[in-house]
Amino acid sequence: MAINQSTAPAETGLRGPRGEPVTLDVNGATYAIELEPRVSLLDALRDHLDMTGTKKGCDQGTCGACTVWMDGRRVLSCLTLAYSCEGHQIATIEGIAQDGELHPMQQAFIDHDAFQCGYCTPGQIMSAIALLREGNATTDADIAEHMSGNICRCQAYPNIHAAIREVRDADDGG
Amino acid sequence: MTMRPITFFRAGSIDEAVAAVSSHPDSAFLAGGTTEIDLLRLNVVQPTLLVDVNDLPLTYLEDVDDGGVRIGAMARMSDVARAPRIVERYPGMSQALLLGASEQLRNMASMGGNMCQRTRCSYFRDGQSPCNKREPGSGCSALTGINRGHAVLGTSEQCIATHPSDVAVALVALDAMIRTIGPDGTNAIPIERFFLRPADTPSIEHPLAHGELIVAIDVPALPVARTSRYVKHRDRASYEFALVSVFSAMRVDDAGNVAELRLALGGVGTVPWRAHRAEEALIGRPATPENFAAAADAEFADARTTPMNEFMVTFAKRAIVRELSEVTS
Ligand SMILES: Cc1cc2nc3c(=O)[nH]c(=O)nc-3n(C[C@H](O)[C@H](O)[C@H](O)COP(=O)(O)OP(=O)(O)OC[C@H]3O[C@@H](n4cnc5c(N)ncnc54)[C@H](O)[C@@H]3O)c2cc1C
Ligand code: SF4
Ligand code: FES
Ligand code: FES
Repeated sequence: MAINQSTAPAETGLRGPRGEPVTLDVNGATYAIELEPRVSLLDALRDHLDMTGTKKGCDQGTCGACTVWMDGRRVLSCLTLAYSCEGHQIATIEGIAQDGELHPMQQAFIDHDAFQCGYCTPGQIMSAIALLREGNATTDADIAEHMSGNICRCQAYPNIHAAIREVRDADDGG
Repeated sequence: MTMRPITFFRAGSIDEAVAAVSSHPDSAFLAGGTTEIDLLRLNVVQPTLLVDVNDLPLTYLEDVDDGGVRIGAMARMSDVARAPRIVERYPGMSQALLLGASEQLRNMASMGGNMCQRTRCSYFRDGQSPCNKREPGSGCSALTGINRGHAVLGTSEQCIATHPSDVAVALVALDAMIRTIGPDGTNAIPIERFFLRPADTPSIEHPLAHGELIVAIDVPALPVARTSRYVKHRDRASYEFALVSVFSAMRVDDAGNVAELRLALGGVGTVPWRAHRAEEALIGRPATPENFAAAADAEFADARTTPMNEFMVTFAKRAIVRELSEVTS
């Protein structure tokens, strides 16, 4: 195919660089918004969909504050373009509570005092729920290793790990 | 930091992806984006067109050649690491994958993208310091700068940047083959020829033509790899690049001699480093700590160090001796 700027986008499939309509599926709802292709999923959520639960720490993949799920898998929204998310299901911290009731992991974070400033917390929770689903949280070392992608400047790690253990063991028991 | 404006194209087929990139000089493939989006935002790379290859049917793993595995270029690191045939046949490769990055990044990062990831040299990444890799002819800030984590093997006067990949270390030890489809058709590149040392052209890291897409990585059958291992030493326990890493697969015969050995190193070379000299020094010789140490010495005979990274030579040699001793015991 020829990449010719004068050809209509619909013909070539080229999109941008100006803003164009994009359809995003977030927490089960469909949103049609206009975005430039350079906008990350993180910025689309925070600046265009007013979902500010997902946090921006580094914008470089090194902190995990921006962790969301794409098709059920935890990923970093700062290194994902919103355009690449079309046709995929995105889940954020805003969609975790059901019918006004906190997700058990959210409740466990409160019960175990698993945060101080709270900035890393949405990412920690999205990561922690995914971790239990992945099934790699058998030992304390497993939890530490598989949560290493979420940095906590306040060093709440022991309490975060305690919260994860509690939900894991409740799951096992129930 | 705001990224420069880009045009976006989501490729529906391999041909479409190859055509889109090869016909546009300032374009790049976009896989997991964990290198590409990062460097775009840092203004280290400046493509004006991104061709998203995430829809291509390249996420498979399949058997080839009586016990080998073909890994699709879009297979994600997390999936490859836990695929039973990888865990059984090449446990060291599975370990290398799981010791890289974080689970979130491994869920995004593709195997093809991993082969093309760029160095973590901070002068390269800052987008402004003189750097021959980013801007040919501008000089190398690391030579006289902070170079504690820089390479000691395979360096040149132009560049001493470390190759950051873990899984590529396993793949050079396993003699993997990189399969591509480009504007001129299909190609198969032995992995050690895929990673180019900096020499006089540090900006050229691979023999790929513009628009040449990695479609698969073939890992040949290798029975000794069933007991392979990967150990990674670094500044923090997880989510960190290697200071020194060692991939090993060794068979010692009944007489106590090294019958087979595949050895490769991460963190110390400008490319994922196959330790050919150490392998040659050990094959057919008794598997003793003294011989391991002599082999490690041979591997690092040509090491070029700076005051800040000379510790790496001792560190790496000890890592080799310790790893092979543990494998033997
Ligand atoms: C914080 C952080 C920590 C990390 N830690 C580690 C670590 O410890 N060990 C490790 O090994 N890696 C590590 N990585 C690097 C990571 O593994 C790579 O960024 C990733 O593998 C790149 O794959 P991708 O699919 O995201 O590629 P992309 O970012 O999409 O692409 C990377 C490059 O490859 C090109 N490309 C992509 N796919 C193809 C293809 N099929 N054919 C040809 N060209 C292609 C792109 O155009 C681009 O130039 C880390 C990354 C981050 C951000
Ligand atoms: S070591 Fe290589 S990448 Fe780093 S500044 Fe020098 S030329 Fe650039
Ligand atoms: S903001 Fe995405 S990893 Fe830090
Ligand atoms: S609670 Fe402050 S960064 Fe984790």
